[in-house]
Amino acid sequence: MPGRVVNFLDYLSTRWDNLLELAIEHAAVTVVAVLVATVVGVALGTATYNRPRSRQLVIATTSVFLTIPSLALFGLFINVFGIGTTSVVIALVMYSLLPIVANTVVGLREVDPAVVESAQGMGMSRGECLLRIELPLAWPVILTGMRVSTLITLGITAIGAYIQGPGLGNDIFAGVSRLSSPNALNLVLGGTLGVVVLAVLFDLFYVLLNSLTTSRGIR
Amino acid sequence: MTRTKIRLEHLTKRFPGQRAPAVDGLSLEIPEGEIVILVGPSGCGKTTTMKLINRLIEPTSGRIVLDDEDVTRVDPDRLRRRIGYVIQQIGLFPHQTIAQNIATVPRLLKWDRARIAKRVDELIETVGMDPATYRDRYPKQLSGGQRQRIGVARAMSADPDVMLMDEPFGAIDPITRDRLQNEFLRIQSELKKTIVFVTHDIDEAIKMGDRIAVLRDGSHVAQYDTPERILVDPADDFVADFIGRGASLKRLSLSRVRDIELGEWPTTAEDADPAEARRTLLASDKGCLLVLDEGRRPRSWVSSDHLAGAGGRRLSEVGLPIAVVTPHATLSDTLNEMLTARYSTAVVVDESGAYAGVVEIDTINEAIRGMRMRERSAARDRLEAESGTAERPDRAP
Repeated sequence: MPGRVVNFLDYLSTRWDNLLELAIEHAAVTVVAVLVATVVGVALGTATYNRPRSRQLVIATTSVFLTIPSLALFGLFINVFGIGTTSVVIALVMYSLLPIVANTVVGLREVDPAVVESAQGMGMSRGECLLRIELPLAWPVILTGMRVSTLITLGITAIGAYIQGPGLGNDIFAGVSRLSSPNALNLVLGGTLGVVVLAVLFDLFYVLLNSLTTSRGIR
Repeated sequence: MTRTKIRLEHLTKRFPGQRAPAVDGLSLEIPEGEIVILVGPSGCGKTTTMKLINRLIEPTSGRIVLDDEDVTRVDPDRLRRRIGYVIQQIGLFPHQTIAQNIATVPRLLKWDRARIAKRVDELIETVGMDPATYRDRYPKQLSGGQRQRIGVARAMSADPDVMLMDEPFGAIDPITRDRLQNEFLRIQSELKKTIVFVTHDIDEAIKMGDRIAVLRDGSHVAQYDTPERILVDPADDFVADFIGRGASLKRLSLSRVRDIELGEWPTTAEDADPAEARRTLLASDKGCLLVLDEGRRPRSWVSSDHLAGAGGRRLSEVGLPIAVVTPHATLSDTLNEMLTARYSTAVVVDESGAYAGVVEIDTINEAIRGMRMRERSAARDRLEAESGTAERPDRAP
């Protein structure tokens, strides 16, 4: 066993630049997917949070997205968007939507009605009230949704390598496909470790972002 | 009578799915510079009525006229920026500082920064707080009473001449509420805004109102009159029931300390020589002296026993604590202070806290007696008037 560890550390020190490159790709895909999902999800949540019918429809639809097995979805998307990054990103956005939409809805609904009433009573328009009062108050909850989406996305991006998507999944799949070769386990371990490290780094980033962007008055 | 500031004409609000209208053909004239109280049992439509004025609720029919301008159809957001709005839950924005909260309407009106900053400080001071300390705090760092003050400051930020207040002091403990009410009346006596004030508490209505509209179901006006008239001459059983017992005790809330003649009391300086103070005391017909400090602020009561035991101490350190009221306090508040402190005399201080005179329990007693006499004669007049009409057969019910 100690021999294994030494072997893996050797592997890491020689393949360090390759792993870093894959990790950066992996992070970039995740960031793009979560950002797109945030824009779409917050818009959907904002548009539907006080309309019960459409709210239920949106939540139900995005829930269905999340239950589709990723391998199956990627397989489907090969026929629609072809293989590669585009298909992966579109799938990732679909998987990221539910936590963000749901948290936007919860965050907005949790805003004290008295606060909204006083904002309107002072002559804020609907849009001003949303932008200046309601969304800032819902922001910490929305941010939590983004955090969950990011974790989901990091995991699923790895599977995206199946249809030649970018990221650490390439090493994992390479390892899995030639399990007899001497480096197979190192490849799988390296890719997995990379995803875990990314998850920790993203989590730290969200903690920092939360303390920078959430008003002291609601912390 | 003063100019009409707000005129409600046959206002009706029917909520979908409800058979009876919440507000049913209400017409009311609200005079400029007065506090008009809408009071009534819960569910009578008083809050709905208030929200119709700034159109947070849109009327089903009828007109709202503000400053002789029909505002029933104008842009509601612009209308609301002209009208201050305070609700019971206050609704301060928790993610904004006190200064940002107060600046809400000035920012909507696109005032420049310097003007807003100046106005914010001015308002924090108006409501009796220190701008430097509180400007950058968040609502959660304030007590309930302080939040309420900031709520009022925020509503006054763009200096609207109309304010709507829905049970603004409802969620506050009785002592703080009393103080805030008094402060608000002091501010109002300078600013003379037109205020529509909703409450379910008849005592608050009597204390705060220049005019009271007692409402019953559907916002039907049971009586619209001065507090005095409503107490002395309730229009019907509904109003009489609503006022409840002890109308004459309630009327103590109508008179303020500044309306009655203050008594005199022998005083002494806190650094006076006890022997000299004793001579002053003996020369008077009272049992004790009122000790004043250098700013003529009352500090304590001293009796001859206190003077004898004073030793080298200042007189303010040896006496009994005093019950203090301001000229704005109602006689009811004053009586309350006396009963709490178990004295028969309350000391009146002016704005700077300096001694202005005293109110004795006998004075208040006298006031009550006067009111009772007037009430009895009013009741007698009414009885006579009624028996007069009963004799006329054409006025059958």
